[in-house]
Amino acid sequence: MIRLKGIAASDGIAIAKAYCLVQPDLSFAKTTIQDIDAEQQRLVAALEKSAEELAAIQQLTQEKLGAEEAAIFGAHLLVVKDPELIGPIKQKIAEEAVNAEYALNEVSTMFVSLFEGMDNEYMSERAADVKDVSNRVLAHLLGVHIPNPSNINEQVIVVATDLTPSETAQLDRNFVLGFTTDIGGRTSHSAIMARSLEIPAVVGTGTAVESIQDGDLLIVDGLTGDVLVNPTEEVVATYRKKAEDFTAQQAEWATLLNEKTISKDGVQVELAANIGSPNDLEGVLRHGGEGIGLYRTEFLYMGRDNLPSEEEQFMAYKTVLEGMEGKAVVIRTLDIGGDKNLPYLPLQEEMNPFLGHRAIRLCLEYQDIFRTQLRALLRASNYGNLKIMFPMIATLQEFRDAKAILLEEKENLLAQGVTVSEIEIGIMVEIPSTAVMADIFAKEVDFFSIGTNDLIQYTMAADRMNEKVSYLYQPYNPAILRLIKMVIDAAHKENKWAGMCGEMAGDEYAVPLLLGLGLDEFSMSATSILKTRTLIKHLSVADMRVLATEALQLTTSDEILARVKQAVH
Amino acid sequence: MKTKQFTVVDPLGIHARPASQLVAAATPFASSIELQTEQRTANLKSILGVMGLALKQGSMFTLHVEGEDEEQAFTALTKLISETGLAQ
Repeated sequence: MIRLKGIAASDGIAIAKAYCLVQPDLSFAKTTIQDIDAEQQRLVAALEKSAEELAAIQQLTQEKLGAEEAAIFGAHLLVVKDPELIGPIKQKIAEEAVNAEYALNEVSTMFVSLFEGMDNEYMSERAADVKDVSNRVLAHLLGVHIPNPSNINEQVIVVATDLTPSETAQLDRNFVLGFTTDIGGRTSHSAIMARSLEIPAVVGTGTAVESIQDGDLLIVDGLTGDVLVNPTEEVVATYRKKAEDFTAQQAEWATLLNEKTISKDGVQVELAANIGSPNDLEGVLRHGGEGIGLYRTEFLYMGRDNLPSEEEQFMAYKTVLEGMEGKAVVIRTLDIGGDKNLPYLPLQEEMNPFLGHRAIRLCLEYQDIFRTQLRALLRASNYGNLKIMFPMIATLQEFRDAKAILLEEKENLLAQGVTVSEIEIGIMVEIPSTAVMADIFAKEVDFFSIGTNDLIQYTMAADRMNEKVSYLYQPYNPAILRLIKMVIDAAHKENKWAGMCGEMAGDEYAVPLLLGLGLDEFSMSATSILKTRTLIKHLSVADMRVLATEALQLTTSDEILARVKQAVH
Repeated sequence: MKTKQFTVVDPLGIHARPASQLVAAATPFASSIELQTEQRTANLKSILGVMGLALKQGSMFTLHVEGEDEEQAFTALTKLISETGLAQ
């Protein structure tokens, strides 16, 4: 048995055979062949096998995802049967006495460069389809296996270096019981997707792909971050028990679905959810979300080649507001720039994108984009309990400028006879300067929401994408806790509320401290809500206040974490 | 031989969906079926060939059908080309 250690990315325990989603080695040598007929037959056999495979994938995709998604495999099928592809390959084999691999590669490369050379983005993307088909045929010639996630039809655990969004989208929850990857962290895309698919996942194991073979029995423990390869029967039995306990615990959580979040000593707080699109609403309600604490609107702008219109945005915001039936919905205005670029908005390359021209800084310059979003928000305010939040505020002037633009657009709409509801206007606190000045901000904003992912990275001057400095990503560092306390205290002094929408808000060891510090609203992944509600039910705010006061006097992150663990267990 | 001239009306030009439909429809016929533009000629039984023409909205092409079943093939394909909204 081998034990791999990774990052627990999505709760739960999965036990199943490994399915390695690894691109096989498709390298080959050019050789001279003797028997031309036999070589051409080998090609035909590989083409036929590829066609069978594609037909099966096409049908599966059609059943699972629909005709639209299956169409691409129909086109792949035509390519693999294309006389203008097969003819020249056969000809090359015959005329040059070369192996089928070489001839295939020569001919398909010609088509790939033809498509890539076209001045039309759609056509140049077809080059990828030709490559894809050619790789499939090549794999059959070489006798290696090409994995296809939508083709999975037995219960497995997927093993991969990393999973792209489209690969993750192809995973069928009925068959894929969990996954483990070599790279990634708790906030990486694959981890977020695992939580929204609600399948156990361990990411960042470093060596899963090299240590695991197709068909190995695996246990993925998304609670601890352990991956066990070919465990003994005894170990499997232990984990089956653990999986049952987890299921039972989830059942307990389910009883708290429609309950308020109240501590042991009767203090009520609000547990909200972070979402990226109206599609996430269903999950929020299913997990007992008491509101939306962060709606990341940038996803409306990404993955397309033009700006979303005011109407399109209005519809998205309206859907979310109506769906939440009067519960609070905090919508964050566009947070783009830095590492998140839009193909249709050319921005300068920056040396330090996270310290650069992004979010509110960008919106204050490209006011057309900003105003369109604000109008859509203002119009949507009539359909629910909207709160607007500006991201990356570093100075009071930025907040005043952004608010002035918002009020201007509000006046314009009112003048046109459009009604607009009362809206709270708040800011993200993710830049240390703003946390330090929170007492001043609190006089002008309606609320704070602490964005811990960025607040930690900016306070510690440590890029959260850089694994070499990931040890500095310390949510329990006393410096971070002191900043959080300043923000909460400042809000309460002015009778405003303070929330948190970073990963930390759903962290089982951070919640006791945050409760003690007086946080009013905790916004997290929807799947963390019931677990956190159960946790808070067992904690007394009075005790946590003592714990937090004590923690603030400790010297290191490790000391604080150890103290919290001791207090809650 | 039967021929007919068309102008592409689909705003996307010739893309995977109509191209796939045309190739799938052309393949069963015994006749030689080709699309000809000013620059080159493509076998309509080849998706790579058809896509390789890179027809855009407004491009003109001629359909050539020649062979034993050219009547049926010509009727079926001219009908399909207008039905898919690709060209007219």
